[in-house]
Amino acid sequence: MAISTTAGHAPHEHGKPAGLWRWLAATNHKDIGSMYLWFAFIMFLSGGVMALGIRAELFQPGLQFWQPELFNQLTTLHGLVMVFGAIMPAFTGLANWLLPLMIGAPDMAFARMNNWSFWLLPPAALLLLISFFVPGGAASAGWTLYAPLSTQMGMGMDLTIFAIHILGVSSIMGSINIIVTILNLRAPGMTMMKMPMFAWASLITAYLIIAVMPVLAGVVTMVLTDRHFGTHFFNAAGGGDPVMYQHIFWFFGHPEVYIMALPAFGIVSHIIPTFSRKPLFGYTSMVYATSSIAVLSFMVWAHHMFTTGMPATAQLFFMYATMLIAVPTGVKVFNWIGTMWQGAMSFETPMLFAVGFVCLFTVGGLSGVTLSVAAVDIQLQDTYYVVAHFHYVLVAGALFSLFAAIYYWFPKMTGKMYSEPLGKFHFWWSMIWFNVTFFPMHFLGLAGMPRRIPDYALQFTDFNLVASVGAFCFGLGQLIFLYNMLRSIRRGEPAPHKPWEGAETLEWQIPTPAPYHSFVEAPHVEAGENGVIRSLTGGAHH
Amino acid sequence: MSGKRILLSMLGGVGMAHAAEFNFQPPASPVAHQIYDLHTLLLLITVTIFVVVFGVMFYAILRHRKSLGRQAKLFHENITVEIIWTVIPFLILVGMAWPATRAVLAQKGSRAEEMTIKITGYQWKWRYDYLDDGIGFMSHLATPAEAQRGAAAKGAHYLLEVDEPLVVPTGKKVRLLLTANDVIHSWWVPALGVKQDAVPGFVRDTWFQADRPGVYRGQCAELCGKDHGYMPIVVDARSPQDYAIWLAARKKLAAASADDPNKVWALADLKARGEKVYQQNCVACHQASGKGIPGAFPALDGSPMVTKDKPAHIDIVLNGSKKNPAMAAWGKQLSDTDIAAVITYERNAWGNHTGEVVQPKDIKAARGGKA
Repeated sequence: MAISTTAGHAPHEHGKPAGLWRWLAATNHKDIGSMYLWFAFIMFLSGGVMALGIRAELFQPGLQFWQPELFNQLTTLHGLVMVFGAIMPAFTGLANWLLPLMIGAPDMAFARMNNWSFWLLPPAALLLLISFFVPGGAASAGWTLYAPLSTQMGMGMDLTIFAIHILGVSSIMGSINIIVTILNLRAPGMTMMKMPMFAWASLITAYLIIAVMPVLAGVVTMVLTDRHFGTHFFNAAGGGDPVMYQHIFWFFGHPEVYIMALPAFGIVSHIIPTFSRKPLFGYTSMVYATSSIAVLSFMVWAHHMFTTGMPATAQLFFMYATMLIAVPTGVKVFNWIGTMWQGAMSFETPMLFAVGFVCLFTVGGLSGVTLSVAAVDIQLQDTYYVVAHFHYVLVAGALFSLFAAIYYWFPKMTGKMYSEPLGKFHFWWSMIWFNVTFFPMHFLGLAGMPRRIPDYALQFTDFNLVASVGAFCFGLGQLIFLYNMLRSIRRGEPAPHKPWEGAETLEWQIPTPAPYHSFVEAPHVEAGENGVIRSLTGGAHH
Repeated sequence: MSGKRILLSMLGGVGMAHAAEFNFQPPASPVAHQIYDLHTLLLLITVTIFVVVFGVMFYAILRHRKSLGRQAKLFHENITVEIIWTVIPFLILVGMAWPATRAVLAQKGSRAEEMTIKITGYQWKWRYDYLDDGIGFMSHLATPAEAQRGAAAKGAHYLLEVDEPLVVPTGKKVRLLLTANDVIHSWWVPALGVKQDAVPGFVRDTWFQADRPGVYRGQCAELCGKDHGYMPIVVDARSPQDYAIWLAARKKLAAASADDPNKVWALADLKARGEKVYQQNCVACHQASGKGIPGAFPALDGSPMVTKDKPAHIDIVLNGSKKNPAMAAWGKQLSDTDIAAVITYERNAWGNHTGEVVQPKDIKAARGGKA
């Protein structure tokens, strides 16, 4: 094997640029990946502070802290920031960091475009955050920005629309890069059906992004022209239709849900085999399940609109199609359990988060089945039941899988080990308080509490109090994570070359920490299923 | 049914006493009963799936551990198992789809109605028009602002009380026609199993039939702007006899309170009426003090438009603001007399002492000028 395992400090022919310029002009996939991850984490904290603002107001009935206007702005920006600022960039950052290493490529296919797709993000984030301080305040129509409410807002809405445009351009560029990298830069010997699951998940996600982000850009542009240029896309008095906004938005918005879930599926499909010390069960059906979820996700958008008054035939079609998604999703869960079955499991932090993901994501999936039934959805639409459902899918799904990924690949990225006791503490703390926060919301929704209200009737008091306490503890717990990461980067134990006994994919074959340039010459890999490397020749890393 | 309910309460780890907090409100219409039972069935199925799947997973987690000295078995495929666990969930879904389809069709069956009520959503109140009887009224939140700010005690129906509930007879199929004036609202009464968006410019329909007399409370369920949380819905279902009595009284009241548009009012009378109109319609944005909310809603107290420019004042109340869409066009919602009253009130309240009286005929003239 030509790869040296001690070469992390060997001389570099074309070393890394130094200082600020290294970051501003970064073309290295690892640097850009790191910037994406830090950006996403900062946005996660910003969006989290907004969420705590919401929970503080809802701690007890009555108005304590905010006016209703500001409350609506907080709920709106919390959603937008978490979706477009935290979760999506975090997955793009991971893909940047890991894909070239996983498939034996020297870098992403378009290194300079990669720089742009990152540097578009901070200005967009600034637009969103400064919109709180313009006359009329930030957008307050909910993250869905439904017309005609969104056509009523002040200039905060215009800033939000521009921010969405920029974020959309960024994620489309990131997606093009991911697709081209995966399709063209795989090392000889790594066929599509031998790629690691994370590569498959990122590939399919990238296609989803390219398909739907232009739809979102289109619909917010229509809002913009309705607001300022006298068009009437969503104004019935001018021949438009407010419900058309919802159709177009959810044609983007439903696949978007899977854009935030499929990469998580990919990550968990690495971690569970590693800590079960077994290959992933049913690799082929995982690939097909992921693809069919992606295809189905385009056919179910109107299940967000069962109360808009669509005809019975449409309700039935969207209900059946939505229920059908449970089948491939179920296959994935069964495959993960099949991977654990008769394994030799150990429960380091990444595995804890991965198993936590499977449990909680399934709860979110089962409440999703309940919501898919149109007749029952009539009672639950726009209540806290829905808030509970999508936080089980997005916090326990996307966020927990991201934590799992960071803990799992941290040693390879930094060359240091994180603190295992702190990591475990972070998991158990998050797991407990997550459930304290969001499980009672199921009951609130069933009992009839609408979402997005700043104040509520007295029968909802107890569960809101519990949820608010949970939210503050959950939020506080994320500082443990930050502390663990900073502490470990500065003075963590040096990580071994392959810290996880069961890790078999290509990225574990290169030195730790991953050198600035890896795979300058493509290695020839003999890969088994799920990217497990059977043998490897060549592949100088700098 | 009650056996299932007890089981559900036990699953939630609570006694029956708290069932209302953990589950749907007690259903009071045929559709609501159907939804309740369907949800119970779904809950039982999903909880069973959860227990079975996680039973297997936790067995593996507890027994198949490295720390117990297990060696991993390296199998990674079994076509038979994979087919089974694709087909079984599919069959379960088919089993769910059958009762679900029946419920959807029942909810959509709004034909053969016995009476029709038109519901219009406004920012932030509801209007009810009884199309068969020619009466109609607005329904506003009745909880005082002091209770919201913590300056007064919160009553049992805090935020779920209105000045004028929708009164309906029990046992009659009531068809609802819904629309909205400004943005999308959603009319939701959980106990009656109704949630339907009210879309501006379009008419949607749905229906309910109250089983038994009672007061059923709900809220707007679609984010509709700043006072979205303050748009309660109260349905007062009465026996057909009681309903007939209410209807007769209501019709008499409507006839008595119809205003003569040519009546000439005295300042004090108009101001008193205008204060009521202001409290119901304007106070949310411009505040009881007339100071508005700085940066969002302008002050009326001392505003040049209110103290000096009378035509502009009438125009903005009638037709709304071109610059700020949050200022609605009240001409579509209020009568000439109400508009004249509220303008007179605003020009003579707080620090404004113009002494001017705006009469209903002035408003009529202003409307004519615009039409």
